Amino acid sequence: MIFAAILAGGAGVRMGGGDMPKQFLEIKGKPIISYTVEKFAVNPRFEKVIVLTPRMWIDHTREILRRTLSGCDRIEVIEGGATRNETIMNAIRYIDDLGQLDDDTVIVTHDSVRPFVSHRIIEENIDAAVRDGACDTVIPASDTIVESISGVTISAIPERRTMYQGQTPQSFSAKLLRDTYNTLTEDEKDILTDAAKILVMKGIPVTLVRGETYNIKITYPYDLRIARSLIEEPYDD
Amino acid sequence: MINTVYRLASPRRFEIAFSDIEPHESVIVRPTHLSICNADQRYYQGTRDAKVLQQKLPMALIHEGVGEVISDPSGRFCAGDRVVMVPNIPCEQDDCIAENYLRSSRFCGSSADGFLQEYIGIEPERLVPLTPGIDLDVAAFTELVSVSVHAVTRFMDIAHRRRERIGVWGDGNLAFITSLVLSRMLPDSRVYVFGISREKLSDFSFADGAYLTTEIPDELTVDHAFECVGANGSPVAIEQIIDVIRPEGTIAILGVSEYPVPVNTRMILEKGLRLFGTSRSGKADFQRTVELYRAHPTVPSYLSRLIGNIVEVYDFADIKRAFELDARKAFGKTILHWKL
Repeated sequence: MIFAAILAGGAGVRMGGGDMPKQFLEIKGKPIISYTVEKFAVNPRFEKVIVLTPRMWIDHTREILRRTLSGCDRIEVIEGGATRNETIMNAIRYIDDLGQLDDDTVIVTHDSVRPFVSHRIIEENIDAAVRDGACDTVIPASDTIVESISGVTISAIPERRTMYQGQTPQSFSAKLLRDTYNTLTEDEKDILTDAAKILVMKGIPVTLVRGETYNIKITYPYDLRIARSLIEEPYDD
Repeated sequence: MINTVYRLASPRRFEIAFSDIEPHESVIVRPTHLSICNADQRYYQGTRDAKVLQQKLPMALIHEGVGEVISDPSGRFCAGDRVVMVPNIPCEQDDCIAENYLRSSRFCGSSADGFLQEYIGIEPERLVPLTPGIDLDVAAFTELVSVSVHAVTRFMDIAHRRRERIGVWGDGNLAFITSLVLSRMLPDSRVYVFGISREKLSDFSFADGAYLTTEIPDELTVDHAFECVGANGSPVAIEQIIDVIRPEGTIAILGVSEYPVPVNTRMILEKGLRLFGTSRSGKADFQRTVELYRAHPTVPSYLSRLIGNIVEVYDFADIKRAFELDARKAFGKTILHWKL
């Protein structure tokens, strides 16, 4: 079975200083999270779309999704965890509690603030996770990546053609991800930046899925301006 | 829902745009098999009038296609249903004028975005369910077939009852489809095809006769005729039809020409001929076409011979590749397996 886990844990501290987490900011009168969840809710391959959010925002999230996605009974809003990966583990625990966690269970994890994710990216994530056990959505790095350990001078400039920028979804065999995560020490967990790294640290291959440059993460006010300007009125001559 | 739309911005150049479609307001269809029409090519290659191009672009092309229903708030369709999308969008109802001739109607890929989109938000009335098991590569160009079905249906209302011999001028896709449809919808008539390529004419094995336009037997006449040539060939074809057709015959004009076509009105008057034009089709024609596929399994089987190129579209660049391949073909249809 295939499950989507929409990670809506961000507190929005970078988004202009307001109290509202950035997934609730609106584009054309609709919250960003609604656009994102819609893309998964319309895909019939998902058994459930699990939305994970801090406890204080659960009711608000439920209400928003009820309003914008009425009629879809596959959406569940549950509490996230303290970190991104603990949030994903909560999703897997939820699936386990439903009695639907087995060797074939796949979880497609996605940032709630990437509403431009496409049908193709989602489909290729599912196919790659079913086939290979794990995948990460990436685009080739267009800028040269500069490494600086000191933050003052350059320590290395990796060859650009081997560099990619990570996006989401990241998709996994749910049991493989959970079992590998449970083998990590607390020190190892501390240096995790995303879920794919759980497997990479243990030498487990993670397949690349081609992302899109427009699959942007709405993090800064500038991103929101871009997102708003990208969505046009329908063509009508 | 944010929907990616792939629009032609100027000849040979596509761009990405995003629209917002509301899943609770319309049926959401995921396009799966699309087909390129000559009308799309005229936009792509920039052979339409410059003013028209300036007015209509950027616009998503493609008006021939089938898809899979994702969701339907009206409850008329189930998720997973295979459907053909009707590109004509009527904006008013008229008791006399068909929806495809109303000047107020909009048309996907001409006055509204076509099907080169991630998802299509569409009214349930604009969808026709497909028979399970139908060859989806054939079903992709149902719109083109429905235009022939529309023409033959109108012909049956208009033309006099003597229909022993019907001529079809042209040896391209439209002529192939029209003569095939005629042979099934009017099984008691003999269908003769007139073209300029001996090789192409050999494909019309279902017809009762196929002739080069330069080798029409003197004694051969037809009761009625369908012109499926269009473009620069229209004047010569219509001239020959007027010559070969018997008095009081009906001529259906299907071929599109960008230029005015001179017609020998003197002989139209002398023979008492009727000319009628057909363009596009309405939902009822799509329904008749799907029923034709079901009742006559040889129709989709013959139509599958038109499939030329099949292009898997995973990438933006694949759209352009499909149009370039299509532009180079002499005959047949280019089908897009839509994965974007």
